[in-house]
Amino acid sequence: MKEKGKKILIAEDDGDLMEQMDIYLTGLGYEVLKAYNQKEAEKIISEKDFDAAVLDLMMENPDSGFILSHKIKKSFPKKPVIIVTSVTKETGFYFDKSQDKNNWIKADLIIQKELRFEQLKKELEKLLGN
Amino acid sequence: MENGKENFKLKILIADDEPGMRDGAARCLKNLSFKETDFPEKISFDIFLAETGEAALREINDKKPDIVLLDYKLPDMNGLEVLQNCDSSKFLTVVVTAFASLEVAIAATRKGAFDFLAKPFSPEELRESVKKAAKNIFMLRKVRQLQEEKSRIRFEFVSVLAHELKSPLAAIEGYLRLIDERVKGDELKSYDSMVKRSVERIISMRKLINDILDLTRLESGKKKRVIEKIDLAETALYVYEGLSMKAAERKIKFEMICPEKILFEADRGEMETLFSNLLSNAVKYNKEGGEIKLNIAKENGFIKVICADTGIGISEEDQKRLFGEFVRIKNEHTRDIEGSGLGLSILKKIAGLYGGEVKLSSKYEEGSVFSVTLKEKILSETSANIAR
Repeated sequence: MKEKGKKILIAEDDGDLMEQMDIYLTGLGYEVLKAYNQKEAEKIISEKDFDAAVLDLMMENPDSGFILSHKIKKSFPKKPVIIVTSVTKETGFYFDKSQDKNNWIKADLIIQKELRFEQLKKELEKLLGN
Repeated sequence: MENGKENFKLKILIADDEPGMRDGAARCLKNLSFKETDFPEKISFDIFLAETGEAALREINDKKPDIVLLDYKLPDMNGLEVLQNCDSSKFLTVVVTAFASLEVAIAATRKGAFDFLAKPFSPEELRESVKKAAKNIFMLRKVRQLQEEKSRIRFEFVSVLAHELKSPLAAIEGYLRLIDERVKGDELKSYDSMVKRSVERIISMRKLINDILDLTRLESGKKKRVIEKIDLAETALYVYEGLSMKAAERKIKFEMICPEKILFEADRGEMETLFSNLLSNAVKYNKEGGEIKLNIAKENGFIKVICADTGIGISEEDQKRLFGEFVRIKNEHTRDIEGSGLGLSILKKIAGLYGGEVKLSSKYEEGSVFSVTLKEKILSETSANIAR
């Protein structure tokens, strides 16, 4: 498999969604590094090597995902980062990477929950250049 | 109108062509202030004056008064014409006239006048009439405020509820999709954990729905209460029995300190719900091999229930939010624990029904102590409240 060995950092505080992404991505041949909150994710970012990150936006802070993506892009500008969020459904705020005014968001892509696994697969493949 | 916590100011316009009348009325109302029973606000008045119909209309337009004290006979037009030429539904009108006739009174009332004051009148009569109008406005606004508040709370409750129901569904859907795609191959056994987890989420969703039913029944007061003498010691043990399997799995020790019988007049269902919420939390949020101590005692006309656990505890910051509806504390310890976030709201509501309260003292990572007080012999009072 092409993806074999590629490491994905997943930061997600919903245990079930984490479990599901883990099962799905592991099934595709990825290796998953799990962080259940912003703090755990920060530790992985500073200590471990990974190829791409999938970050939940709202964890212990409402903008945890933005903070994490900033940290990743500061050290590794080319590392693909996807933010997953239900913030639009919950608050009406809409973040779209294609709009110029959202340039401050240091992520390559924002995906709305409910997340489809096939979409995640496709986007990861695209960003990792598989 | 200036509307604060303590002040409720109403604007009053006095339209009269006699300077003596105008100033006399203004003096009489200037320092008038009063309170309505059960409300903290002091009702008082800002006064504006007009000497002609034209001026009155201008003031009505500019100042938007709440009450208009309107002389029937103004130099340029009569009171009815003033009312016809403005939106008189925006204020209450007290029509003042020296030509007290039934016809004028009827005509004025038809045009929407709230009250009628015949000249000459005493300062006391004037104050009474204005107070009546002010009370009317005050109560109407209070009712409107309460309705708005009520619909806001209901809306908030429903949106949070929708979210809480959606998340287990999303989780179950996710597992079903993975199973559907056979992500783990054809071996049925590989899917056991996914099926197990889905069932767990369904069970907790059902618990959430039951909790909501409990809570709404308690809140609506429509739940039929059967008040009888029950033994709280027996009730607590009965409830704990239902939890004992879970407790045994996690090697949690349970100790009850309580007189042999502790009789209390209450609704059995409510007492079961109370112990169930207390004890299931003490089991769920305990540590492996932990302890639960349940203490029930009678003390100065109160029943005191103290439930202490050696569990994960609650940080001071989280303690402040804890009793809110759907509040669940998220941290590394609670990640795998299911809960509706309604248990403590229910507990508090039940304690409230019995004239008591719930208190919490807790230390993060060391344990929590919930103390519930219930007043003896308050039932006739609260049942009356509930029936209302």
